[in-house]
Amino acid sequence: MSNKAAPEPKANMGGPVIRKEARLKVTGEARYGSDMPVNNPAFAYLITSSIARGTIKSIDLAEAKAVPGVLEIFTHENTGELKKVSYGANGGGSTTSIQDFGPKIQHDGQIVGMVVANTFEAAREAAYKAKFAYDVQPPSAGFDSKGVDESSVKKKLPNAGDVKELYDAAAVKFEASYGTPTEHHNPIELFTTTAVWNNDQLTVYEPSQFMHGLKNNVAAKLGIEPGQVHTISNFVGGAFGAKAQLTPRTGLVALAARKLNRPVKLVAARDQGFTIATYRAETRHNIRIGAGRDGKIASFEHEGWEVTSRPDSYSVAGVEDSARLYGFASVKTGVTLIHADRNTPGFMRSPPVVPYIYALESAMDELAVKLAMDPIELRRVNDSMTDATGKQWSSRSLMKCYDEGAAAFGWSKRTAAPGSMSDGEWLIGYGCASAVYPTHIGAATARVQFNADGRANVQLAAHEIGTGVMTVVAQMAAERLGIPVEQVQVELGDSKFPPVPVAGGSNQTASCCSVVMQACDAIMEKLNGGRAETVGGGSADGVRQKFDRLGVSTLEQYSEFVPGDARPNPVVGLVTNPIKKLYDGVPTLVGGSHGEKLMYALGANFVEVRVPKYTREIRVPRLVGAFASGRIMNTRTARSQHMGAMIWGISSALHEATEIDERNARYTNDNLADYLIPVNADIKQLDVIMVPETDNSVNPAGVKGIGELGNVGTAAAVANAVYHATGVRVRELPIRLEKLLA
Amino acid sequence: MRPFHYVKANDLPGALQAFAPQNDPTNAAPSVNAATQYLAGGTTLIDLMKLDVMRPATVTDINALDQSKAGQIEFGDNGLRLGALVRMSQAADHEAVKSNFPVIAQSLQLAASAQIRNMASLGGNVLQRTRCTYFRDTSYDNCNKRNPGSGCAAMDGMNRNLAVLGTSNDCIASYPGDFAQALIALDAMVEIAGSAGTRMMPFAQLHRAPGSTPQIETTLTQGELITAFQIPNLPWGKRSLYLKIRDRASYEFALASAAIALDLDNGTVRDVRIALGGVSAQPWRAAEAEALLKGKPIDDTMLLAAADKAFEGARPKKHNAFKVQLGKATLMRALRDAATMTI
Ligand SMILES: Cc1cc2nc3c(=O)[nH]c(=O)nc-3n(C[C@H](O)[C@H](O)[C@H](O)COP(=O)(O)OP(=O)(O)OC[C@H]3O[C@@H](n4cnc5c(N)ncnc54)[C@H](O)[C@@H]3O)c2cc1C
Repeated sequence: MSNKAAPEPKANMGGPVIRKEARLKVTGEARYGSDMPVNNPAFAYLITSSIARGTIKSIDLAEAKAVPGVLEIFTHENTGELKKVSYGANGGGSTTSIQDFGPKIQHDGQIVGMVVANTFEAAREAAYKAKFAYDVQPPSAGFDSKGVDESSVKKKLPNAGDVKELYDAAAVKFEASYGTPTEHHNPIELFTTTAVWNNDQLTVYEPSQFMHGLKNNVAAKLGIEPGQVHTISNFVGGAFGAKAQLTPRTGLVALAARKLNRPVKLVAARDQGFTIATYRAETRHNIRIGAGRDGKIASFEHEGWEVTSRPDSYSVAGVEDSARLYGFASVKTGVTLIHADRNTPGFMRSPPVVPYIYALESAMDELAVKLAMDPIELRRVNDSMTDATGKQWSSRSLMKCYDEGAAAFGWSKRTAAPGSMSDGEWLIGYGCASAVYPTHIGAATARVQFNADGRANVQLAAHEIGTGVMTVVAQMAAERLGIPVEQVQVELGDSKFPPVPVAGGSNQTASCCSVVMQACDAIMEKLNGGRAETVGGGSADGVRQKFDRLGVSTLEQYSEFVPGDARPNPVVGLVTNPIKKLYDGVPTLVGGSHGEKLMYALGANFVEVRVPKYTREIRVPRLVGAFASGRIMNTRTARSQHMGAMIWGISSALHEATEIDERNARYTNDNLADYLIPVNADIKQLDVIMVPETDNSVNPAGVKGIGELGNVGTAAAVANAVYHATGVRVRELPIRLEKLLA
Repeated sequence: MRPFHYVKANDLPGALQAFAPQNDPTNAAPSVNAATQYLAGGTTLIDLMKLDVMRPATVTDINALDQSKAGQIEFGDNGLRLGALVRMSQAADHEAVKSNFPVIAQSLQLAASAQIRNMASLGGNVLQRTRCTYFRDTSYDNCNKRNPGSGCAAMDGMNRNLAVLGTSNDCIASYPGDFAQALIALDAMVEIAGSAGTRMMPFAQLHRAPGSTPQIETTLTQGELITAFQIPNLPWGKRSLYLKIRDRASYEFALASAAIALDLDNGTVRDVRIALGGVSAQPWRAAEAEALLKGKPIDDTMLLAAADKAFEGARPKKHNAFKVQLGKATLMRALRDAATMTI
C-alpha cells in the first residue's frame, strides 16, 4: 500500500503508519490551545509599543475604558506582582521584554498593555483607543547601525591546527562573505494563551513545545509553586522553536485571569507575533579556505556575526558544526554578537546550522568553481570520519546521500559552465549542497501500562507539534510489546504526564522512543520472568497467558531514561540530576559535537532553478533531497518532515526576510501578504529519498532526529543553482530578482 | 475594528440613499476617511477596518445589486459590459472575455487567490487601496493618504513595493491592482450612478495622480457608485495578454506587470496598447511608448526604445530603483510574447 506519501520502508525503517491523530486533524476535531472550551471567558487584546527604544511618558486610557464591555486594562502600572525571571545560561531565555511591560521600551512591538473585555471586538477597539506617549531615543536596528555594542560568544568553539601556516602554503586560496536576514516564524496557529484559575490552581492552555518548561516558568513568573500550575497543549499548529519558551504574554494573561476572577483568552494578532515571540537573527559570515589542487582543504576559517538584543547574549554559533562537516586539516572559528535595540532572537528550525551551513556550502561551491571541479567530487575529496580536532564520527553516510540524490536528480546531465543550460527564454541551473544536523538526545520519562487484553497505554508529556510523535511512540511500544500499533494509545501534551525534554533540537523522537523502549522492555522482563524477549507474535492468547501466569491483569512501568553522555557539557552547563532538572523544567540535551563521538544526521539537497533572461524571477521546478539519519521510525511522517523542511529551504533561499526600517528599528512587512513564503504554485516536483543507515550508538532507539535536517543547505543549493544558471553569485539571502538584474 | 452602522441596500436607489444629506451630512468624496463606505466583497474594506485604517460610521452593503444588470456580463456589438458586482472569478472564467480579451481574463486570473477572487467584485477591485505598509500601519502618523499634511514615512523607508511612475513628493504609494491595467489599455469606459443620474467616463479619468492631495484617489464624488465597465470592441484584442512579474509564482501583487494588446501586420506594429502595473501610483497607460512603436517592426532596438520611453519620467527610491529596469524588461517581454502569440 505504498505511495509517494507513504514510502516503502527500506532497511532499518518503520512502516508508513498513518498518524494516530490524522482523522481528528482533517475533520477539524483536533483541539488546539485556543479551541479548548472554558467557562465564560473574557477576551484579551494586546497593545504593543510603536517605538523600539525609549520610555513610556504617559498613558491615557479614558477613551479605551469607555468602550462598552471593557473589564480592565493592564499596563506596567498594575502588573507589578509579576516576578523577574532569569535569562537562559547562554542567553535566549525568552524575549527581551519578559521582565515587565514598561516604562522602559527595549524593542519594537513590546507589549505595553492588554485590554480584557467581554468580547474580542471590544478588547480590540479599546486597544486602538488606548493612548501611549513615549520619550523616544534613537534606536540601533542592526549590523550597520550606529550605537550597537559588541561582545564575543562565551562558548568554546572549535579551533585546531595552524590555519595561517596552512593557508599561506595552500595552492588555492578562497575567501568570501555571506549574509542571512531576520526571519519570523508565522505559525498558522497564532500565539495564544488561555488561563483558568480554580482557587489557587492555575490551568494554562497554550501551544507549547515544552510542557514542563512552561509549567515551571509560569509559576516563577507568578511567584507560585510549580505544583499549582497545570499546562495543557494537545496539539500545536506550527512550533519550530517559536513555542519553546516562556514569552511575556503568558504571565500577563494568568495574572489578568486571577485579578478578574474569570478565565481569560488571548489570541495575539499576526503582526504582534513578529514582536512578542522570538525569531531568527540576521547573521554575517566570513569564510577563508586554503586547499590543494586536488581539492583537499588544509585550512578552514569561519567567522560569524549575529545580531541580538541589548541585555541578552543569545547566539547560535553554528561554527560548531560547519568546522566539523568535512575533514579539514585545520580550523579556526569565532563568533561575535552585535547588541542592538531588538527583541532577543531565539530558536527557529535548525537555528545554528541554517545560516552557518548556508555560508559553508556556498563557499564549497565557489571553491569547486575555482578548482574547476564537480561540487560533489569536492565533497567526496573532503569526506572524512575524523574532524580537525581528532573527533570521530559515530556514522557518516554523506556521500551515499550525494550518490543516491545525484542519480535520482540526473546530476550527470549538468554542464558545468554557468549559463550553459537553457530552455527558450529560461536559463536553467543545477545546484547541490550538504544538509547536516546534530543528533540530540535528552533525559526523558514515561509511563507505560500493559493490559492482559493486549492493549497498552503510554503517557508522557511529549509535544505533537506535527512531527508525528504520537504515532512513532505508539510504533515503538507496539514493537517492544509485540502487539499491533492500533492497540497502543498514547497520551501526551499535558504536564500531568511524566516529563520529556523540549521538542527542540530534533531530540523528541530519539528521547521519547528511547524511554518508551526502556519502559516496555521492563514490562516484558516481568512478563517473561526476567528474559527480555517480546511476547509471541502479538497473539492475544499468548499475552493473556503470560499475565495469567503472573496472576495480574495489568502491569505498569514508569521509567526514567538518562543518556550516557548526560554529563557536564558546554551546552547545558553543569548537569547534576537530569531527571530532577527535567521535572524542574530544564531539559538536558546531549549529542552532536559534544560527546565522545560526533553524532549527526546528514543529507544532500539538489535543486533545479529556472530564471528568465531579462525579468529574472526565480523559480524552482524540481528538488531532490537524500537523507541518512539512523533508524527511521515511520517513512510517512519522516518524508513529511523532509518535504516541509525542503520547502522551507526554498523559502529561506528566495523569499523570507523580515524588513526592518533602519530609521526606527521597526519591522515593516509584519503580515503574510508581505512576508513571503512559497505557495503551492511554487513547488512543482519534490522527491525525498531516505538512505538506509544503522547507528545504534547514538541512543537506544538508534534514531537520529530529522525534523531540522532537510532545510539545512537547501538555500545554498538554490544559490549555487542560481549561479549555475546566471553566472551571478548572490552572497546575501534572500535571492530576490533585483539581485540578478544587471 | 470600530462599531459601525450596517445598511443593506436592495437596489440602486437604496444604495444611493445612504449618502442622502440626512444620512451622511459630511458630503465627503469617497476616500479612506469618508464616513460612509460601500461594501462589495469587503476584501479591501474589511481588511482596512480591522487594521483601524478605515473607520466608517456607516457601511452600505451593495451585494444585492448583483441581481441587477450590475451583476451581469454582456458581450455583443457594443463591446463587453462588465457589471461592477461581477466577481473577479466570474469574469476571469467567462468564455467571451477569455477569447476576445485575454488580457482582461489573465489580469483577473493572476490576481490574489481563488478565495479572494470568488468574493471580490470588479467595482471594488478597481478601487482597492495601496499596499504601502506605512499606509496600512496606523502607528505611523506620517501618511499623507491617511493624515493629509502629515508627511510620508515611505519616501525614505522600506519602499521596495512602491511606485516609480506618477509619484509626487507627498506620496509614493503604488496602485496594486491588475485588472485596472487591462481596462486602461483597452480604452474602457466606466459607468457611474449618482444622485444626479448615471454618467459615463473614460476609465483613464477615474484615478487621480497623488500630487499634493494623495488622500483624494479618484474623481468620484460623494455617494457615486460604479455600476459597470464598458469595453469597446477591439477586433485585435484577441492578441492581448497580461504579464505579471513577482517573487513567487502566485498570490502576490505585481512587482511589475504589463497589459498589452497588439495589432500586427507582418511583423510591423499597426496599433498597440500598453499599460503598466506594479510600478505606478495609479493605473498607467504608456501612451508615448505606444506612439513610438506604431508603424515600426517588433525588434530589440524598437522594444528597448519603447521601454526607455515608458520609464523616462521614473523617480526611483532607495529600495525600488530596480523597478525601472524590471519594468522595462517586463514591457519588452510582454510585447515579444504578444507578437509570437498564436491566435
Ligand atoms: C491578500 C490579498 C492579495 C491580493 N492580491 C491581489 C492581486 O494580486 N492583484 C489584485 O489586483 N488585487 C489583489 N488583491 C486585492 C483584491 O483584488 C481586492 O481587495 C478586491 O478586488 C476588492 O474588491 P471587493 O469587492 O472585495 O471590494 P471592497 O473591499 O468591498 O471595496 C473596496 C473599496 O471600494 C468601494 N467600492 C466597492 N464597490 C464599489 C462600487 N461599485 N462603487 C463605488 N465604490 C465601491 C468600497 O467602499 C471600498 O472603499 C488582494 C487582496 C488581498 C487581501
